[in-house]
Amino acid sequence: MIKDKGLKLGGTTMLSSLRMKAFLLKQYFLGGLSMTENLDKIKKQFYEELNAVNSKTELEKIRVSFLGKKGLVTEQLKNLRNLSPEEKKTAGMKVNSLKNEIEQAIVNYQTTLREKEYLQEIENAERYDYTIPTRRDAGTLHPITIVQKQIEDIFKTMGFIIEDGLEIQTEYNNFETVNIPKDHPARDMQDTYYLENGQLLKTHTSAAQNTIMRKYGAPKKGEPLKVLFPGRCFRNENIDASHENTFFQLEGMMIGDDISISNLIYFMKVLLSEVFERDVKVRLRPGFFPFVEPGFELDINCAICSGRGCPTCKNSGWLELLPCGMIHPNVLQMGGIDPDRYTGFAFGLGLTRLAMMKYNIKDIRLFNSGNLKQLKQFTR
Amino acid sequence: MLISMNWISEFTDLDGVDIKELINRFTLSTAEVEDIYEMGNNIKDVVVGRIIEVNDHPNSHKLHLVKVDIGSEVVEVVCGAPNVYVGALVPFAKLGGRVGDLEIKEVSIAGVVSRGMCCSEKELGISDDHSGIMIIEENYPLGTDIKEFMQLEDIVFEVDNKSLTNRPDLWGHYGIAREIAALNKRQLKPLELVDSSLYKDLAPIDLRVDDNQKTYRFSCITMDNIRKKKSPINMRIRLTYCGMRPINLLADLTNYLMLEMGQPMHAYDNRKVKDIRVKTFSEPFEFLTLDGVSRKIDTNTLMICDSNEPIGIAGIMGGELSSIADDTTSVLLECANFDATSIRKSATRLGLRTDASARYEKTLDPEMTVTAIERFMKLLKDIDPGVKVTSCLTDSYVKRFKDIVVDFDKAYVDKYTGIDISSDMMEETLTALGFKVERNGDAFSVRVPSWRATKDVTIKADIVEEITRIYGYDNFDAYSTKSLLSPIRHSVERDNEYKIKTMLSYKYDMNEVHSYIWYETKINKELGIKTEPNIRIINSVTAENDTIRSTIIPSLLGFVYKNADNYPEMGIYEIGRVVAGLKEDGLCNERKRLGVVIASKMLSEKEVFFKLKEAIEYLILSIKNIAPAFSENNIYKKYNYVHPVNSSSIHLKAQEIGYMSVLNPIIRDNIDKKLNVAFAEIDIYDMEKTDAAVLEYKEVSKYPGVTVDLSLLMDKEIRYETLSGYIDLYPCRYLDKYYLVDIFEDEKLLPGKKSVTVRFEFVSMERTLEGHEVQNMVEGLLAVLKNKNIELR
Repeated sequence: MIKDKGLKLGGTTMLSSLRMKAFLLKQYFLGGLSMTENLDKIKKQFYEELNAVNSKTELEKIRVSFLGKKGLVTEQLKNLRNLSPEEKKTAGMKVNSLKNEIEQAIVNYQTTLREKEYLQEIENAERYDYTIPTRRDAGTLHPITIVQKQIEDIFKTMGFIIEDGLEIQTEYNNFETVNIPKDHPARDMQDTYYLENGQLLKTHTSAAQNTIMRKYGAPKKGEPLKVLFPGRCFRNENIDASHENTFFQLEGMMIGDDISISNLIYFMKVLLSEVFERDVKVRLRPGFFPFVEPGFELDINCAICSGRGCPTCKNSGWLELLPCGMIHPNVLQMGGIDPDRYTGFAFGLGLTRLAMMKYNIKDIRLFNSGNLKQLKQFTR
Repeated sequence: MLISMNWISEFTDLDGVDIKELINRFTLSTAEVEDIYEMGNNIKDVVVGRIIEVNDHPNSHKLHLVKVDIGSEVVEVVCGAPNVYVGALVPFAKLGGRVGDLEIKEVSIAGVVSRGMCCSEKELGISDDHSGIMIIEENYPLGTDIKEFMQLEDIVFEVDNKSLTNRPDLWGHYGIAREIAALNKRQLKPLELVDSSLYKDLAPIDLRVDDNQKTYRFSCITMDNIRKKKSPINMRIRLTYCGMRPINLLADLTNYLMLEMGQPMHAYDNRKVKDIRVKTFSEPFEFLTLDGVSRKIDTNTLMICDSNEPIGIAGIMGGELSSIADDTTSVLLECANFDATSIRKSATRLGLRTDASARYEKTLDPEMTVTAIERFMKLLKDIDPGVKVTSCLTDSYVKRFKDIVVDFDKAYVDKYTGIDISSDMMEETLTALGFKVERNGDAFSVRVPSWRATKDVTIKADIVEEITRIYGYDNFDAYSTKSLLSPIRHSVERDNEYKIKTMLSYKYDMNEVHSYIWYETKINKELGIKTEPNIRIINSVTAENDTIRSTIIPSLLGFVYKNADNYPEMGIYEIGRVVAGLKEDGLCNERKRLGVVIASKMLSEKEVFFKLKEAIEYLILSIKNIAPAFSENNIYKKYNYVHPVNSSSIHLKAQEIGYMSVLNPIIRDNIDKKLNVAFAEIDIYDMEKTDAAVLEYKEVSKYPGVTVDLSLLMDKEIRYETLSGYIDLYPCRYLDKYYLVDIFEDEKLLPGKKSVTVRFEFVSMERTLEGHEVQNMVEGLLAVLKNKNIELR
């Protein structure tokens, strides 16, 4: 409706309201039309002009011509002084009511106009191509960091302390304290990097066990010591697609006055279900590791075939995942914890292997390659 | 190791046992079974036949036409074997039968119809002998299915050797049978033996053990008049099924005994041996082993000798010259026990790991040697009854393992398991496994059997394992601990590491990398990077990379070099370990370092430097709430890749925590002339010495502030830090803060000078500042600066 009347009406409206004013003035002095009739005419005239308005400027002109100092309605108000007190009262009310009505109509019309302008702006807006790529070449964390953080967070929710050990260890910490005696094959030179000063690059995260036990001491009554300690380990061997001399493990232990095999099974099942984001079934088999007794190999049910048997699990339905066991009394003893009073379990997890499983990485050399073509893919 | 169920069933009754289920239980309770093979299923309708006629094939020189009588009929076949003769008994596959993958059908061979097949041992899957058809040596009625006298059908399972490393008793069938008997709750039958005391009056062998450190026990006996050369068919089948090649009766018997009892043995040709000496030599020498290889023997390797002449490497392999020959009828049988470590080390040095040495490495039970000889005699006499024993059993028992008795009670087991296993069940399990149990209610005293007492079972926790593994871990109730709730001790350092990584990766778009803890000598050389000497690895398989790094930067520069062709822009970092020399106690001073490198062909070197500085400042500020300070250094004197001028130490309060630098152009040009590189290294341990500053909230003024930008003209060399020092000197209570807006340099417009625009913000907590007040403060400040030769531009 508004749009139809278009621009041309601007001028004529102005003219007509001026003409109206002259007409009303004449009528008044000639004593022709009554006050009420005047007001009706003004009102009619106002709406006619308002309907023709198409911009804020035009609206303002109308406001001035009706409500301004010399506006039609203002004139009517001025005229009231010529009336008797009684007439003044009724006429005053009528004029004021018209004045209010016009003021309100103008405000309303302003809103309408603003909305119309926004609509206009939106309609004329440039259409952005939201398919244009914007992202910079985002940074990445190392896949080991991603997997390690995920696991640490899970263990934190179960009250585990996260500890960090040295990479360069003494023979004592790496072997002696975890019950690996002098003549054990694990101590053979060819597997371990020995340094000039007799220290070595740690061959497993277990090297931190003794330090941690000594740091925290015997657990308080009913409050088991729960620690997770990831770390980088080293094996003196040549590298190929499935062998690395530098790799990550993650080890955890829980020591208290009532820690049992039953607890071990429970914690492993719960934690591994979180890690693998499914309801994992676990199975324990006897396994031999010098620092635990009894020692176990823990298998989880194969997710690929749901336990029915497939090439990945060598048709057994189970995947060998991690070694674990009850901490050997000698190990507790050397850690300053009385093995007659306390028991504990420990488990180890190959972080590098886990990352390979998670991301389906076939070549272990990726991890230490520094090859950005590969590493830039690990965006989460 | 391969285990035959037929063999097992000689020692424990398997009637009515679900074998597959049993093998699964074995995996869960004893050792991992990797594979199960069903043997003999692919042999069908093979019967005893007699060759009654052999004729030449009309169209072939090699083939024969053979008539075979299989009782019910006479069949004509074409046969290629060279050893066919009239009267021979052979395994004959009938039409419709099966031999391996071959279905027996009527076929035409070189134009003649053949209706069956005479089989070789290889075709039957019982040896690799394919030289001719198998000749059946004993008389069986024609038409008898060969499975009636040949144990072709068997279930063989393969146990993962790694899961047996701590179980010396499981390296033979008898030990496995003991486990299976315990799992089935059935009896283990005793081994059938010949009583060697029958020969105690015969002369002993001249035996002397000179080395009593490496030898635990040496037992031997001699036997004569051994006429049989070939092992019985079923023994050959078992050896083949268990992965050994049948050779001759004596060799087969020693192997058979090893597979049965786990005890290695060696048979010497008694003609070549006069006495036995067990010793090491003071000089290295060459020795010819029975595989025909000449090996260098060192002074640590224990040898079996005839007087001074070596005849065998103890526990590893016998010598060629004393080995069993075709005409051997007299044998000296050795059955010994040696130190496990010594055997392992000798085998490693020789590069010769044999079935025998693999067993000795596990620490075998020395009690076994005599029993094994008696078992050997029993088996040999059954096969060749004419054998004569010619010496008494001569035995030198040098070192014994201690008897082990373990005392424990049910409460101990309950605490360990967290479940309730009855004392009766414990007793039953331990007894079945050979433990001698004395029990008083819930209190136990158990004697560990000799075959478990060499290293495997020594303490209470070991007994718990015996009880629980047979009980079955899948029968355990699993439940959480009954622990109190308490807050965990939280590691700020670890969180900080993740914060640093997250910021660098996700705010500064960098990529985290991992590098080795040693210097990569080859790349460093290529790039001309010189590193300082540091502690070294003494035995690395990659000998050139033997120096442990003392700084992380060369590793990262190596990565920049590797990636420079693919990426014109790079930001990489690592938090990794280095060794900063040795500490006073001689141990490595291991440090955790953050290394960051930014490289770009797009940005100028200066831009790269400041991009890095921004990242460093940002991450330190955000984790420590303290702005780091920067100062001159001369690290370039230590590391040639550091820029002599554009390098700066980084300080956190009074602590120097690292440095940052532009890459020295000498090294840069070796990577890429166009690549601008800056790097920083921060010692995480040093950084963590300073705690994060407590964040203090400051009330904000209710009154508007006044902002004044001043462009200050000064000598080019003056550092911003110097300027800010001057500003800080001026006492001005309403100066809220000031910061750098811009630095303008133009050699033509401002020769030797620069214009530094600083924004000053004035505000009062009490009122709105008047214009003239601000004016006064600015003028006061300018007056101070003017004294220092800094003027308003």
